[in-house]
Amino acid sequence: MNIHEYQAAELFAKYGLPINPGRVARTPEEAAEHARAIGGTVVLKAQVHSGGRGKAGGVKLAKSPEEAAEKTGQILGLDIRGHIVQQVLVAPGADIAKEYYLGAILDREARGITMMGSAEGGVDIEEVARTNPEAIIKVTADPLLGLQDYEARELAFGMGIEAAEVNSFVAIVKQLYSAFVGEDASLAEINPLIRTGDGKWAAIDSKMVLDDSALYRHPGLEGLRDLAEENPTEIEAKKAGLAFVKLDGEIGCMVNGAGLSMATMDAIKFAGGSPANFLDVGGGATSKQVVQGLQLILADPNVTAILFNIFGGIARCDVIAQGIVDGLTQIEVKVPLVVRLLGTNQEEGRRILRESGFDLITADTMSEAAQKVVAAAAGR
Amino acid sequence: MAILVNSETRLLVQGITGRDGSFHAKQMLDYGTNVVAGVTPGKGGQTEHGVPVFNTVREAVEATRPNTSIIYAPARFAPDAILEAADAGIALIVCISEHIPPLDMVRVRARLAGTGSRLLGPNCPGLITPGQAKVGIMPGFIHQPGRVGVVSRSGTLTYEVVYALTQLGLGQSTAVGIGGDPVNGTSFIDVLRLFQEDAGTDAIAMIGEIGGTDEEAAAAFIKEHVTKPVVGFIAGQTAPPGKRMGHAGAIISGGTGTAEEKIAAMTAAGVRMSESAAGIATIMKEILG
Repeated sequence: MNIHEYQAAELFAKYGLPINPGRVARTPEEAAEHARAIGGTVVLKAQVHSGGRGKAGGVKLAKSPEEAAEKTGQILGLDIRGHIVQQVLVAPGADIAKEYYLGAILDREARGITMMGSAEGGVDIEEVARTNPEAIIKVTADPLLGLQDYEARELAFGMGIEAAEVNSFVAIVKQLYSAFVGEDASLAEINPLIRTGDGKWAAIDSKMVLDDSALYRHPGLEGLRDLAEENPTEIEAKKAGLAFVKLDGEIGCMVNGAGLSMATMDAIKFAGGSPANFLDVGGGATSKQVVQGLQLILADPNVTAILFNIFGGIARCDVIAQGIVDGLTQIEVKVPLVVRLLGTNQEEGRRILRESGFDLITADTMSEAAQKVVAAAAGR
Repeated sequence: MAILVNSETRLLVQGITGRDGSFHAKQMLDYGTNVVAGVTPGKGGQTEHGVPVFNTVREAVEATRPNTSIIYAPARFAPDAILEAADAGIALIVCISEHIPPLDMVRVRARLAGTGSRLLGPNCPGLITPGQAKVGIMPGFIHQPGRVGVVSRSGTLTYEVVYALTQLGLGQSTAVGIGGDPVNGTSFIDVLRLFQEDAGTDAIAMIGEIGGTDEEAAAAFIKEHVTKPVVGFIAGQTAPPGKRMGHAGAIISGGTGTAEEKIAAMTAAGVRMSESAAGIATIMKEILG
């Protein structure tokens, strides 16, 4: 689950991290009030679940409450990579002497929690990873013992932090590690972590991605979810117990299993078409879920044909077939449907489809099904 | 010959009285798997499909000497079940459960390192040695005993490949699902090594998908250590970056984990790459005749 910068900062503060405390404004007037309360120069930052805010004009400085109101007005409503800005964080301006990057990630390759640091702070770290990977220092903590001081020191000296500042930096690294573990994150980042002109550390930008599968342990964190940032169709799918991802193509697909779903999308592309969605109805799909899946697909006006690709293992073909028939009875479907049913109870499933009287195109193999659905979508 | 499971397998089912555990225990018994015991805390003394149920894995081990365990527990109880099985000395632990937090798996893996226990999964369909033992949720009837080893990150996509192999008369030595999570117990490399050493396996089908770099690591291993023919397929060529495609591990992030990179790495390692899942069988037929 993605959360906003200000929410991540609030979580970081719980672990003692030196965040730059700001306030959230939803209107220019609120921004002016916050700027007045903070005093001096403030920084205004768009709160959206997207990177590239600076380049898109979503981050500005303001020297007075009036300027804060004016510039907040410019930021609110901006479209940043498809995300519309509805909130602006107003934070004290910082006196930056030096910028660093500090992050914690779930490291798939090392199969542990890796802390990453770089003296190239305040820039896109993925860009640094591509162009200058040596500038990123990494240590992986033992998951049972947790991050040790010496590991944090290795990071500090590797990043070129001055000897006198190492101990205070080590404390910050350990706080970030604790925040990562304590909140069950999959990513926690401070970029930049700055050294101020008067020799203090400050976390200027906080980012955190929370692990959805661990939210059951943190009932309070669910409240940080911003539904405005999530695709409404995907939210609905989640409620129905379906894995759904919206894509740009014209061929809707409903498949059981994630790998088979991806392979089906690939087969559609290989046949010259383009998938409109990823939809995994899962191994234990019910008729009701099939109906809900069909509704999700048909909510997309670009869809000109639908492919069902079911390999019955645990999912039974007769149950899926009944779901398709129920769906077609409840919803008027004007686009052609191609169905491939194979595996457990396939004969029964095919009989249900045949006897339903609906006009369905059938196929035996995945590539045949993909070719037929692409042809049907093109009106051939 | 086969790998990991065979007619000597003595299986323990953890969570045998639950809905999924009970259903699949029956399916595995029907396939001919030697299911020797079940565990459900508080239900010790009962039987399920004629199989004795125990309160703890340790009791089950003392009474029935299982060498393999399969876990159907819900995600929040599964890490505990894995550790209980390992602590009781079970050699192969197969975890079907989905949605276990990766941070839990990181700790479980660290705890298992250095013990004699191997973990397969989580979020996997299990494994099957056709005609000998089915330890998982796959449909048994599509398999056929033979000499092609199958290893995959996916469930139903594996069935698709196995079915296509069987249709062409190519049986399987063992088919292994390593699971779709970002942090798992057994990797492609572990299984490739076992197939390379297995006298009953002539060729290997490897089915990967987007996300992470395990396929690239496997490609490097194949280049150095695998002399048997390998035929591969990568799912997710049309997947957009930053979106999780069902499996927790199937996500292109920070520009890595794309299908193109994986296909290139595997091709460079001498793996024959198929453009479709079922196409693996056609290429395999060409190679094995």
